[in-house]
Amino acid sequence: MRILLTALNMFWEEQKVKKLISMFALSAVIALPVFADDHKAKVGMITTLSGGGSGLGIDVRDGFLLALKGNNDIEVVIEDDQRKPDIAVQLADKMIQSEKVDILTGIIWSNLAMAVVPAAVNQGKIYLSPNAGPSALAGAGCHKNYFNVAWQNDNLHEAAGGYANSEGYKNSFIMAPNYPAGKDALTGYKRFYEGELAGEIYTKLGQKDYAAEIAQIRASGADSVFFFLPGGMGIGFMKQFAQSGIDLPVVGPAFSFDQGILQAVGAAAMGVKNTSQWSKDLDNDANVKFVADFQAEYGRLPSLYASQGYDTANLLASALKTTSVNDQDAFRKALKKADFASTRGSFSFDTNNHPIQDIYVREVIKEGDIFTNKIVATGLKDRSNAYVSECKM
Amino acid sequence: MSISLFLEQVLNGLQFGVMLFLMSAGLTLVFGVMGLINLAHGSLYMIGAFAAAAIASWTGSFWLGLVASLMAAAIAGVIVEIVIIRRLYKRDHLDQVLATFALILLFSEAMRWIFGAFPLFLDVPEILSGTLSLPLGIEYSKYRMMIIVVGILIAVGLFSLISKTRLGVRIRAGESDREMIAALGVDISKLYTLVFALGAALAGLAGAMVGAIQSVEVGMGEPVLILAFVVIVIGGIGSIKGALVGAILVGLTDTLGRFLLPSFFKIFLNPSSATDIGSALSSMMIYILMAAVLIWKPSGLFGNNAK
Repeated sequence: MRILLTALNMFWEEQKVKKLISMFALSAVIALPVFADDHKAKVGMITTLSGGGSGLGIDVRDGFLLALKGNNDIEVVIEDDQRKPDIAVQLADKMIQSEKVDILTGIIWSNLAMAVVPAAVNQGKIYLSPNAGPSALAGAGCHKNYFNVAWQNDNLHEAAGGYANSEGYKNSFIMAPNYPAGKDALTGYKRFYEGELAGEIYTKLGQKDYAAEIAQIRASGADSVFFFLPGGMGIGFMKQFAQSGIDLPVVGPAFSFDQGILQAVGAAAMGVKNTSQWSKDLDNDANVKFVADFQAEYGRLPSLYASQGYDTANLLASALKTTSVNDQDAFRKALKKADFASTRGSFSFDTNNHPIQDIYVREVIKEGDIFTNKIVATGLKDRSNAYVSECKM
Repeated sequence: MSISLFLEQVLNGLQFGVMLFLMSAGLTLVFGVMGLINLAHGSLYMIGAFAAAAIASWTGSFWLGLVASLMAAAIAGVIVEIVIIRRLYKRDHLDQVLATFALILLFSEAMRWIFGAFPLFLDVPEILSGTLSLPLGIEYSKYRMMIIVVGILIAVGLFSLISKTRLGVRIRAGESDREMIAALGVDISKLYTLVFALGAALAGLAGAMVGAIQSVEVGMGEPVLILAFVVIVIGGIGSIKGALVGAILVGLTDTLGRFLLPSFFKIFLNPSSATDIGSALSSMMIYILMAAVLIWKPSGLFGNNAK
């Protein structure tokens, strides 16, 4: 009996020692400098690469990949959402469950972001938005895993409203498509604009013909027009507006005047003022390098979307330099520091993980044979967003 | 609301309707004569627009671009008919839908390969830019007026083709009894190729004309294709007259709905919810119209009930 007890005791002691050793070993592993492998991350990019609006997704992707050139720590899986929310949701599920990505990014359209982002961040994934910034995700629906590297949707429109005041516009006609970003756009414009509204129209998303709206603008007695019609929608509107013979000043966010579509609008866009957080002529080292590298790599001028993709990748790389994506608290902290050279110059995150940055007013000009933009004024200095106080993280 | 604004909107509706007619005429003929559901009709519209943009920027002439759009779409139509569509006539509709859907993907990808993902530039010719002063103080775009005129001319031409010529007799015969007309010695497969090419050319022309005031980009055909299907369902499948009436009904309903509904709701709602409800309802209007027509006449306005 005694022998049995001794044996049991020895066994017990041995277990304790083993436990101690293993605990020691474990803490040693933690205390050791992080191995190179831990700086690796797998990124899932869901973006629009085919169909209408594919120019935007292609620019975000190209900018993102350009920044990661020569960086072997970040593996990127790219899928095309075809601008359809249901497909974006399927792709996100696939990337999280079978591809096992650590970070998601890439979505262009706010309605797709609303379908994908809340579910992804609730499953513990980090989401870095290179474009869409719906108000619902900046205010009450904010999340510690969701970082917006572009802007809150309202921002560029707020700057347009401010610009309208400075030009003395008193009676604007305003127009946007009927989807989350369209509502954010008109709300944003009205937040800073002090004049009256001659009219307010929500158009169909994807609408190409604006004859009915242009007739109403003509009849409204407006003194200026503000519109948010991203991608191909804006091409149609600008051409038809120029044809209509209505001689009113037009102001809008950069989304209808980006490098990808200006050539298709042509002379109809000359002289139009538009607001943007980025422009190709911004004079800082990161931007000069970005514009030159982008042109060398792809043979075309970058758009603001490309700059957003580029900044997103650089932000990610900066966080991975010091931490591992497996230690999410530290990783989030590293992201929030925004310790990277942004193409926009000064860039930092507010408490709701949305940017604080300058918004510029640009004018469409012609350089040689190419239509492009140049900065004519700073619209808003160090602008954050209107939803910070609603966000409880 | 002034009377001139209302009339301008009616003209806009008419222009939209005429454009839809060019698109749906081919679709309804192909469906009526060959019993084929061609989802790739929107791709032919896109091909027309891209051909026009490419030729117009190369030669500097919009008119050569229009000619190119007709030819490119017709040639694409002939090739597609001979290589693929011909094998589908005897299959059921599901096979046709699958095969022509694959064609949409192929054509879109091919266009992106050749022209890139960014929209192309195509502008209206100098002579048609600016506006036309009409009575009652209406200022109307010259180019849109040209679309209306061209559309009406083509409608008249198609009617006389179908009702007055030998080819038209064959097309109508093919519609009602294709075995019998084949037995009478008409080369039915040549007839089919011809009808398909005609429909394709009209779609290509529509794409080029619209491309000049909208945008020439990959995927531009599919939204129009959906509307064209609504038109032929309203008008009655296989009927050119139905396509014309249906197209103009859809054009007017959509344009006037977008314009009148928000102002109507403003009478008894506050402006922002009136805009919300009005915009939401106006985007449903054509489908409500389609449902109403189908309840009243299940085979469309000019549909053939015997079928």
